[in-house]
Amino acid sequence: MKETVRGVVTGVNGPIVRARGLQGIRMLDIAEVGPHRLIGEVIRLDAESAVIQVYEDDTGLKPGDEVSSSCRPLSVHLGPGLISNIYDGIQRPLVDIAALQGSHIRKGVKAPPLDMKRRWHFTPVAAAGDVLAPGAILGEVRESESVLHRILLPPGLSGKLERLAGEGDYTLEDDIFGLQGMPDFRGTLASFWPVRQQRPYAKKVSAGAPLITGQRIIDTFFPIARGGTAAIPGGFGTGKTMTQHALAKWCDADIIVYIGCGERGNEMTDVLNEFPRLTDPRSGRPLMERTVMIANTSNMPVPAREVSIYTGITIAEYYRDMGYGVAVMADSTSRWAEALRELSSRLGDMPAEEGFPPYLATRLAEFYERAGCVETLSCGEGSITTIGAVSPPGGDFSEPVTQHTTRFVRCFWALDKVLADARHYPSISWIDSYTEYIDEVRDWWNERDASWFDTRREAMHILLEDDRLQQIVKLVGPDSLPVQDQLTLFTAEMLKNGFLQQNSFDPKDMYCGTAKQIKILAIIVAFHNEARELLSRGVDLKAITSMQVVGEIIRLKSEVGDHEVQLIDEANQMMKSQFSALNAEAAPAGGGNREGAVAP
Amino acid sequence: MNREIEYTGLAAIRGPLVFVEGVRNVGFGELVEIRSSTGELRLGQVVEVDEDSAAVQVFEGTSGLSLEGIGTTFIGRPLEIPVSREMLGRVFDGLGRPADGAPQVTTDVMMDVNGLPINPYSREYPRDFIQTGISAIDGMNTLIRGQKLPIFSGSGMPHNRIAAQIARQARLLTSGEEFTVVFVAMGVKFDVARFFIDSFEKSGVLENTAVFLSLANSPSIERLITPRAALTLAEHLAFTEEMHVLVILTDMSNYCESLRELSSSRGEVPSRKGYPGYLYSDLSSIYERAGRIKGKNGSITQIPILTMPSDDISHPVPDLTGYITEGQIVLERELFNRSVYPPIAGLPSLSRLMKDGIGEGRTRKDHAGLAAQLFACYARVKRIRSLASIVGEEELTELDRTYLKFGEVFEHQYLSQGEFENRSIETTLDIGWRVLSVLPEKELYRISREDIQKYYIPSEEAQ
Repeated sequence: MKETVRGVVTGVNGPIVRARGLQGIRMLDIAEVGPHRLIGEVIRLDAESAVIQVYEDDTGLKPGDEVSSSCRPLSVHLGPGLISNIYDGIQRPLVDIAALQGSHIRKGVKAPPLDMKRRWHFTPVAAAGDVLAPGAILGEVRESESVLHRILLPPGLSGKLERLAGEGDYTLEDDIFGLQGMPDFRGTLASFWPVRQQRPYAKKVSAGAPLITGQRIIDTFFPIARGGTAAIPGGFGTGKTMTQHALAKWCDADIIVYIGCGERGNEMTDVLNEFPRLTDPRSGRPLMERTVMIANTSNMPVPAREVSIYTGITIAEYYRDMGYGVAVMADSTSRWAEALRELSSRLGDMPAEEGFPPYLATRLAEFYERAGCVETLSCGEGSITTIGAVSPPGGDFSEPVTQHTTRFVRCFWALDKVLADARHYPSISWIDSYTEYIDEVRDWWNERDASWFDTRREAMHILLEDDRLQQIVKLVGPDSLPVQDQLTLFTAEMLKNGFLQQNSFDPKDMYCGTAKQIKILAIIVAFHNEARELLSRGVDLKAITSMQVVGEIIRLKSEVGDHEVQLIDEANQMMKSQFSALNAEAAPAGGGNREGAVAP
Repeated sequence: MNREIEYTGLAAIRGPLVFVEGVRNVGFGELVEIRSSTGELRLGQVVEVDEDSAAVQVFEGTSGLSLEGIGTTFIGRPLEIPVSREMLGRVFDGLGRPADGAPQVTTDVMMDVNGLPINPYSREYPRDFIQTGISAIDGMNTLIRGQKLPIFSGSGMPHNRIAAQIARQARLLTSGEEFTVVFVAMGVKFDVARFFIDSFEKSGVLENTAVFLSLANSPSIERLITPRAALTLAEHLAFTEEMHVLVILTDMSNYCESLRELSSSRGEVPSRKGYPGYLYSDLSSIYERAGRIKGKNGSITQIPILTMPSDDISHPVPDLTGYITEGQIVLERELFNRSVYPPIAGLPSLSRLMKDGIGEGRTRKDHAGLAAQLFACYARVKRIRSLASIVGEEELTELDRTYLKFGEVFEHQYLSQGEFENRSIETTLDIGWRVLSVLPEKELYRISREDIQKYYIPSEEAQ
């Protein structure tokens, strides 16, 4: 370990502190500032002084106060015990802090991120004498019912394993392994990693499977691949956080890292209350058993908000390296960008657009690039899917954070104020959203239903046609349209109410499995095609739209559970027979030219 | 404290900031006393400190100060105010000092006005429904104990009357408990403050109310402390005395302007409309002081009021507020012009905490579905109205015309009510069903069949 250097504070401006005398300190090293030993990070260096951004409230700090540093970069402590925990932006455990200090966070609090006294049951996989490469599996710990924690040789270390502890219960302080030629080294179950540095992997691979979220508009219309990146931009009240929560609850990732970055305290509390009670639809275990939370709410210090994003993604990479599919939800990246802006403004940087620093785009790119599917060093494939919420001021997507984000994500779920106002949730716009992952996930869906791609395309066509027709309707009213177009409007309405809209409080509707999605979409598209056929035979549109089955179809989403999708087939039968009845009624009138009826 | 040294003379004065040189041992954020040559005492706070100089923001403003003959004393701790239950029924100035002629409250408890962030883990998720007696709020944008729910208004609209009505009528359904009120006026005219005080007096809650006044003629920088001082008292009442506190803050737009003034005189890089880049963080340090804490009985519910310049909801102040608060009550000029009281906009208003505070055992089982359906139908009314204004009502389908009728009935029977009309939640929900029954049953796709059977009034009966 490097030795400690000491210096003194020369100036304080909010969270930006200047200090002198820190010989040999490097950029991004951690320093402890003042009598409370507040944590800070060196962000600028010149010949005489260092500029430190302090992660805690520094009221009362004086010129002349001591600064010390052990010349190490800001790191997270990685090991068993991360799961189910809730941390602030610099990985301080909020539960332990509450136990130490009560309901409010005071400055200078110190608590180890991981429980150093808890015993974990370790089962070795490697054996003494093995020659190991970096990232090799040493053994396993059952971290929670849902997560088997693989203890890996930290990246950067390799060689012949001199000793490895046998099966048994160990704390994070216990000596677990040693390497030949490193007599002073004591390997433990946990290790440190600098947050601003990407963890190594063997190589990036391309994505294959979609991340299934149980949200119909996402899975069916705008799917995201495992290892993909997505942005959810939306003005206030459009449901960004609700959408993020729904994804964190239901997506089929192995591990969820939820970063509450500069958002509301009560929303984090909501997650904390809800996740232990909700069960994962696949494993049947509480969702909390696969979740790590980072909460740096809006009233907590701004610099810690800036770093919370990196803390979160580093933890995600750690689990990725064990071969897991990890999903990172960052809510909201705009608050993170604002933290950058605030700090850069205090440093007197020349601003670029809207006061944001010129390096905003670079930082965003670096963050999203840490997502992806990789071949890990030793655990097969792992992935990180990153979903970032964006909060554009005034809901205006042309602002810098939204604009730069769109350059680095491949999936864009635009939230629409008009939909949110009508309480149509999720308020993801089917007009403005897009995904670039269709080709990647197409094979996966085709294996489940060969007609998926075509059905989806037809449904999308109806919705886009509806959007076009609505422009005309605004000018001339719906009655002036040809009946075929009126039918399109009607079917689009069915799609919106019966498919796109999803109630996250309805026990049967909150999670919608892929089989149910395919079937509901298919029945609505089939309705449209049948109806078109009948219209062309002269059947009255009103007779079709007032069919009893229409109401049934719209209610399928909330009345049919995932284990009873055959009920949708019954509704399909019912629809067919009601159509035949209509057809029979129409037959005497339109029977003459039945053979000649052509679908347009 | 012994270490207090008085420094004489200032190096510079710029806007609300004064610069003192040759200082030693001064901490960031600490309180400063500035004594002018006439002996007048002003308070300030250190906003930047170097090895031998300090920048001090003077709360009372710098007018009348000169460079010579000024004595500054650094107090060595941040601004603190005394807090006690005895402060109810009293009036204070913008810095929390008595302004009603009565002496300073005697108490040992001094608290830092900046407060401390609540640990997210220690928060109790707010779930208790507050009945305000206003249908547009109770039925569709429910207020929850521990919530921060602002009123977005415009000049001339009755935001003050609505806030006073809420303060007067707010009750918990379960216990009928009343609220202790902390009223904060920032940069508003005296008559606005008078209106609130009179209204508290009439409804007999004045002795249960603490009033903090930084009126339009008070120094602008003082306003940066006013909400913090008031919330410090609110925190004491809620989390030490375990009371339920309703904090009304008016007008947050004035607060933000003071912040802009300070930021500009410090020469900071502005973001939108000249407001500082940290406006979001600064506002959240006020709004996030609302809430509930595990294991404590009390709560802080905030109703900040802000006027949107030219009714523009995308203006930085309402915009950033909306990102922090748990919803918003938006007043609509068009409804106001048609003399609908309260003119609460049907669609842009929202309560984020509503989902967990209503339903069986809290309000009524049909509440969530009913509210969702009203929103959806009213959204359609708005769409049809804009269509009708182009193609004419005659061109509309029969169903669309029924929707227009629903819109009228909704605005006049559901939204509209008297300033002193206190509707129970049952009444609100029943009116909701009566209004919804204007529409044919099959239009109600967001409500469960069961509820429709129980509450829907088929058209024959409705006639």
